[in-house]
Parts: sequence; C-alpha cells; structure tokens
Amino acid sequence: MDTEKRLKTTGAASLTELHATKEYILPDERMQHPVAVIECIEAIPCNPCETACPVHAITVGSEITNLPVIDIEKCTGCGLCVAACPGLAIYLKQKNYTKDLSYIAFPFEYVPLPEVGQSVNMVDRFGLVVCEGTVIKVVKIKRFDRTAIIHASYPVEQYEHVVNMQRLARN
Amino acid sequence: MVERDIVVIGSGPAGLCAAIEAAEAGAKVLIVDENAKPGGQLFKQIHKFFGSREHRAGVRGIDIGTLLLKQAEELNIEVWLNTEACGIFDQDKVWVVRDKHTSVTIHAKRIILATGANENAVNFPGWTLPGVMGAGAAQTMINIHRVLPGQKILMIGSGNVGVIVSYQLLQAGAQVKAVVEAAPQLGGYGVHTAKVRRAGVPFYTGHTVLEAKGTDHIESAVVVKLDAAWKPIAGTEFELDVDTICIAAGLTPAVELAFGAGCRSVNSPVLGGLVPWHDETMRTSLSSIYIAGDVSGVEEASTAMEEGRMAGLSAAQSLGYLQEKRYRTRFEAINHNLLALRSGMFGQKRRDAKKAIVAASKG
Ligand SMILES: Cc1cc2nc3c(=O)[nH]c(=O)nc-3n(C[C@H](O)[C@H](O)[C@H](O)COP(=O)(O)OP(=O)(O)OC[C@H]3O[C@@H](n4cnc5c(N)ncnc54)[C@H](O)[C@@H]3O)c2cc1C
Ligand code: SF4
Ligand code: SF4
Repeated sequence: MDTEKRLKTTGAASLTELHATKEYILPDERMQHPVAVIECIEAIPCNPCETACPVHAITVGSEITNLPVIDIEKCTGCGLCVAACPGLAIYLKQKNYTKDLSYIAFPFEYVPLPEVGQSVNMVDRFGLVVCEGTVIKVVKIKRFDRTAIIHASYPVEQYEHVVNMQRLARN
Repeated sequence: MVERDIVVIGSGPAGLCAAIEAAEAGAKVLIVDENAKPGGQLFKQIHKFFGSREHRAGVRGIDIGTLLLKQAEELNIEVWLNTEACGIFDQDKVWVVRDKHTSVTIHAKRIILATGANENAVNFPGWTLPGVMGAGAAQTMINIHRVLPGQKILMIGSGNVGVIVSYQLLQAGAQVKAVVEAAPQLGGYGVHTAKVRRAGVPFYTGHTVLEAKGTDHIESAVVVKLDAAWKPIAGTEFELDVDTICIAAGLTPAVELAFGAGCRSVNSPVLGGLVPWHDETMRTSLSSIYIAGDVSGVEEASTAMEEGRMAGLSAAQSLGYLQEKRYRTRFEAINHNLLALRSGMFGQKRRDAKKAIVAASKG
C-alpha cells in the first residue's frame, strides 16, 4: 500500500514518495548525533528553516519556492529549524542512539506536554501508533516561540517510520 | 465634513500595511473597520506563517498583527473601530456609520479598499441545524473566544483554511473525525495536511457530505463518494458520529463597496470570482480608488501585506508625497516580493490570474 502517491490524497507522504525526493535525507548509523530531517516535498513559498539555521546547513536559495536542502555534515542538531518551520516538517533523528534505540526530537504544539521519563505512543506519518517511546527531554524555550520540542528514544526497528507522538488525553 | 488624504477601509494585514506605507510617505491616513478590534484575520491565526523572512515567516499571525498595530501607532495613524463603511459616493466620499448610530461622511482624496473576503456556504439537507458553521467562525470561537464549537468535528474542504482550522481544533482539544474533499486531490499545502494526518485524522478525497442528521442539533453526518462527474455514487454512503460540521469551501472577495462605487469588475475564478479590475499599482478603474488584499483576489496574508504596501505607496505618490526615484525603488521592491510569493506549484496559478486581471483592459 506504500507504492502510490499519497500526499495529495491521504494527507501524508508515503515512504516511496519520500524516497523519490532527493531532498529527503535520512541519516544512517554512521551519524554520531541527531541531525535535522526535512519532509518538505512541495514547492511552497517558504524559507524560515534556511534563515533559522546558525550554521547555514539548510539551503532554499533565492527562489523561495525551492525545496529546502540539508547538508547533514554541517548540522549540529541544535533544533532551531525544527521550531522555526511553520509546516512542522522538520525533526531531528539519529539511528543508533544506543544499539537498540533510535532518537527523535520533534515539534509538538498540543497540551498537555509529556513529562521526562514518560512512556508515550510513537506514531507514523499516518497517525498509526507503531511503538512506544520514552521521553528524554522536553524543550520549551522562548526562542522556539511556544513550539515545544520533545526528545524521545524508541526501538531502532521503527527508525524511519516514527515521526511524532500521539496527543495525550486532557484531564 | 471630515477630510483626509487617504481613507483605508479594513484593518486586516492589507489595510494596515497600506496605511503604514502611505503614512511613512507623509500622507494623513484614517483607517475604518467595522470590527471592535483591528487586525482582520490576523488575530485568529495562532500558527506560524509561511513566506520569507521579509514577510515575517515563522512568526505567528497574531504576533504579526501586534507588530503592525505598533507601527501604525508610532506613525500616528488614526483608526476608527466599530465603524462600518456603507457606501462610496462621487468616487471620493465615504459614508460610514460609527457605533451603529452616528452617520459620518468622510471626504477622501484617495480611498483604499481592504475589506477582505467572505466565507462560501455549502448546502445539504440539515445544513441549517445548529452545529454547521464556517471554518472561520469555528476559528474565531476557539482562538478569540476560547470555546470549542463541539467535541466531534467534520471538516468540509481541504484547502489551507480547512486543514489549518482542523489542526487548531485539535490543539483546542476537539476530535476531528475526518476532512472531506470533493476534488480528487487535497488542496492545502502538504506540510499542513501531514500534521493533521499524523494526528490520526483521515482525509477523504472525492467525497462530500450528503446530509447532516439530527433534530435540534447535529448527531451525525452522512458522507458519500463522488464519481468523476462529482455525482454521489449510491451505496457508498457512510455515517460519521459528529456534533459539528465546519465548512471551508473557499472565500469570495468582499467587493460590495467597490462595485457600489462603480469600479469595473473582472472575473477571476482562480482568485474567488468577480474582483475589481486593478493595475499593478492596485488602482481600480476609478482613479481615486485603490484595493488590496483578499478583496482584490483571495490569496494570503503575506500577499495581502505586499499589496497593501503597493496600494498605500501608489496612493501617496498620486498625491505628490513621493519623489519619483523613491517611488520607483519601493515599487520595484514590493513587486519583487509579490512575484516571489506568487511562484511555485501553488503560486504560479495566482501569478497568472493576477497578470490576466492587470491585462484585461480598463474599459
Ligand atoms: C484559517 C486561515 C489560515 C490562514 N493562514 C495563513 C497563513 O498561514 N499565511 C498567510 O499568509 N495567510 C493565511 N491566511 C490568509 C489571510 O488571513 C488572509 O489572506 C488575509 O487576512 C487577508 O487580508 P485582508 O487584509 O485582505 O483581509 P482581512 O484580514 O479579512 O481584513 C478585512 C477587514 O476589513 C473589515 N471590513 C470589511 N468590510 C468592511 C466595511 N464595510 N466597513 C468597515 N470594515 C470592513 C473587516 O472587519 C476586516 O477587519 C489564513 C486564513 C485563514 C482563514
Ligand atoms: S538542527 Fe540546527 S544546525 Fe541543524 S539544520 Fe537545524 S538549525 Fe541548522
Ligand atoms: S520552513 Fe518548513 S515548511 Fe518552510 S520551506 Fe522550510 S521545511 Fe518547508
């Protein structure tokens, strides 16, 4: 079921669609720290990711509808682009945080926020729960302008599938 | 009679930017808005905006609004709120009603119309039941009044408005049961649909609402699949357990004042239907009347701001407030920004549609 173009029919891109886009770069096990992964595959007039990056690791260029291109060698994993992206289309990932766990840091704009150490349901691009994850850090600083960034670890088998976590119930 | 160089009608992003640009050039500007608060759509937009740094991309709409209001204040721009513009006469007189009872006629050397757009309705059996509302109304409820319109929502329309309001309803704590879209493809930016989808909301393309059920409020909605000719396919109906239906079926430019004044119209289906003809400087067929923002063709806040600047600049220049050289430089800069915003797979169509309007003879 992952063979069709799905972004414009079901709302989220399939892996096939992403893999066909050269701008989608998923770091492999050689990367020693989390780096930005961008899932922005439509030509829209937008470039805050580029202007947010202090080390110029993201390039959109003078034509603001160009797709953003990341240089993962330059990326320090600071997360500024994650919070700056109005499309919430960027997260940080590292395949081998430990031997068995991958690492993700994703934008989250729902309340309540999870707590450090909490076990949460990790979801794929279609909102399906694919595994559990453990919250490592919840970063909410002024510079992120009310977008929290949640850092979590989860089983390496789901490395590429996980993109975010399920909303928590309100009390 | 009250006299002003320039009267701007509407204090959304287009109107505010028009007033700021004109006041910066030295013109005496008055803004009127029928709302109790200035800012138009901006104060409902709690999300970070698209665009480039020059358009304050990455900044939330509400914060852009605050910034523009501060600039307007610093420039001593006069703002009359609770003031509805009811008509334009002799091309230079604006009749307004303040606080719903005081009638005032303002003599304006130039008028800039920045009245925005109105939401389109969709009708189906049950559409008059309480709980059916425009997506914009739902957005006002959650983001201005902080009340949920309902717990279980069905969104009709997958353009940016439909998906952004869906996302904000989720943020406000509602469940969005589905987004239905009659067209075979989703309309909104992929990054917006993706964040709604990863929250678990299903999208149904090629589907529409057949009927809303309930006696004194909505209890469910019947959704049906459409064939290639957009006709419902019998037997494909299914029912969704919802208490609210939001409609985001596009916007129509709020052109009443412009056409009442006698501005010539052009039809532009891509931009929302009949719009006042205008040239690159945002001047209409009546030389004292300018337009900007959604009323000149439905686009975005970013384009509305640039068009506003263009209209304010041109109106001030026509009154002799700018040196030709300064005018040229600003004109080129604003035009450049507009072209940049109207590029790419979503923008190109709008760029062509705008070109067609400008090219349609003034008549
Ligand atoms: C849900 C949603 C999400 C959006 N997200 C984005 C986004 O991310 N980025 C982006 O760039 N754009 C976005 N937009 C679009 C943007 O909000 C509009 O394009 C923009 O506000 C248009 O600006 P405007 O000044 O033309 O009109 P408006 O903001 O609608 O302002 C018009 C003003 O005119 C006043 N008015 C109208 N008639 C009269 C009258 N007769 N007398 C007195 N006053 C009058 C109204 O009260 C209002 O204040 C979004 C819109 C919606 C609905
Ligand atoms: S995480 Fe930091 S360094 Fe890496 S691309 Fe984003 S802003 Fe640049
Ligand atoms: S900021 Fe986000 S939505 Fe905008 S171009 Fe960059 S990745 Fe895409």
